[in-house]
Amino acid sequence: MDSRELYQEMILEHNKKPRNWGLLADATHKAEGLNPLCGDHLHLSLRVAGDTVEAVGFEGEACAICKASASMMTAVVKGKTRADAEQMVQEFRDMTTGKLDPAAPHHLGRLTVFAGVRDLPTRVKCAILPWHTLHAAFAGTNTASTE
Amino acid sequence: MSGHSTLVTTPAAALDIERLRRDFPILDLKVNGKSLIFLDNAASSQMPRQVMERWTKYRSEQHANIHRAVHYLSETATAEYEKARLKVQAFINAGESRECIFTSGTTDGINLVAHGYGRKFFQADDEIILTTLEHHSNIVPWQMVAEERGAKIRVVPISDRGELLVDEYRKLFNAKTRFVAMTHVSNALGTITPVREMIAIAHEHGVPVLVDGAQAAPHLKVDVQDLDCDFYVFSSHKLCGPTGVGVLYGKAALLEKMQPFKGGGDMILSVTFDKTTYAPIPAKFEAGTPPIGEAITLGAAIDYLSAIGIERIAAHETDLLDYATDQLNRMPGIRLIGTAEKKAAVLSFAVEGVHPHDVGSLLNDDGVAIRTGHHCAQPVMQRFKVPATCRASFAFYNTMAEVDALAASIARVQKLFA
Repeated sequence: MDSRELYQEMILEHNKKPRNWGLLADATHKAEGLNPLCGDHLHLSLRVAGDTVEAVGFEGEACAICKASASMMTAVVKGKTRADAEQMVQEFRDMTTGKLDPAAPHHLGRLTVFAGVRDLPTRVKCAILPWHTLHAAFAGTNTASTE
Repeated sequence: MSGHSTLVTTPAAALDIERLRRDFPILDLKVNGKSLIFLDNAASSQMPRQVMERWTKYRSEQHANIHRAVHYLSETATAEYEKARLKVQAFINAGESRECIFTSGTTDGINLVAHGYGRKFFQADDEIILTTLEHHSNIVPWQMVAEERGAKIRVVPISDRGELLVDEYRKLFNAKTRFVAMTHVSNALGTITPVREMIAIAHEHGVPVLVDGAQAAPHLKVDVQDLDCDFYVFSSHKLCGPTGVGVLYGKAALLEKMQPFKGGGDMILSVTFDKTTYAPIPAKFEAGTPPIGEAITLGAAIDYLSAIGIERIAAHETDLLDYATDQLNRMPGIRLIGTAEKKAAVLSFAVEGVHPHDVGSLLNDDGVAIRTGHHCAQPVMQRFKVPATCRASFAFYNTMAEVDALAASIARVQKLFA
């Protein structure tokens, strides 16, 4: 696949103007995500009340694929329950590694813009990193790495 | 006619790049339907047909284990392997061939010295001098031995252009300084270091110096006696040779007093369960079956490069670097990282507003292969406050047209991200 197909308007726009940029002062959950080989580096903070993600913010130094993935992820998990968010982590992971059954119902919506990375093995880690980091924040493990 | 004679000199003929390119089958490859433009030579360079044929000849007619049996093939393989050592000796102008040890590569050579010299001679509070420009392979082995021995690492800083600060280096020496390990050419920035001068300074203090020549050997004439380095290491696969083999040059007197790195066959004179006597150098450091065919094929790569002439190679690569530097300097939004006065054919850069990884992926769409990342030189990245850079690195088979294609491809990336 030509990687230019992946760099669609939506991804370029989220890269340029990431949503939920900045860390929360009153976070209940935090995690750091790192791709040691390419240098993508994210900090993610969440405020979870009861079972609901009330607020989410991130910062970091990352490529467009990773940053747009993080931006769109934060927008979509805000207001979701932890269980729903974790379900999306699993679905996103499956989609980008080619394991998601396209016929089966899923909750990814516009996030399917990242489906193309499954054909770019060196970029899968970039797209997945924010989701690993979200999972680590929920689990309280504080760090996520795609290595 | 006057009595004066006129000395006529012909300038060294320029390289016939198109003819040379035909030696490299891989350069005909199409990537994403585009002609491959291979600008990742600092990571590993491509192999010409003549070198591949040497490998085939070895496997077809000459392979057996060396230094063992009395049969024809073993004798042939042994002779060819030792001939390769002589080629290495001539290539770097070592005083003796036994000072040239075949390793598995640059990393292996540095680990050999860190173990064989460092673990034997370093003591608590001893100091090892490294530089900011080092590849991780010339940092981590020294940290490992320093941690074990309680020794300390001192680091030579660099300027904003990526040049080593020799005056600061001078100040690092004291009675505890035991070793200097430094690169000849920075893999991340291309800086050619004043290695000869820095070795002389170390020697004023009686301190031995290891030079990491992984990036230098393919691009500069290396003369270990002129440099007066104590150790010099490089890899075959950056010299158009195969992976899996490299060279450690060491002064005989030092190699003799070091401890072996690996124990095994071929590195002993005699073995009993009470005592083993080690073989003399170089065998002492070549335990086990070495990469025989790889070493012989490296010999062929050295022949290939020498026939072209390292000086002519360097001249063409300098032209490519100057042209590429000029092209990229003309483009808005490009920051060159590493602008040393003396550079080998490495061009590290950042595209404003675009992460290097995105640049690399998009250039690949145009068939342009560059390296993006920290180049295993994170201290350099930290010094320039970037997580990663884009790096184009040239070999003698690259052309000015390929530099134009690089610039055009970068411009397309900028347009996409505008």
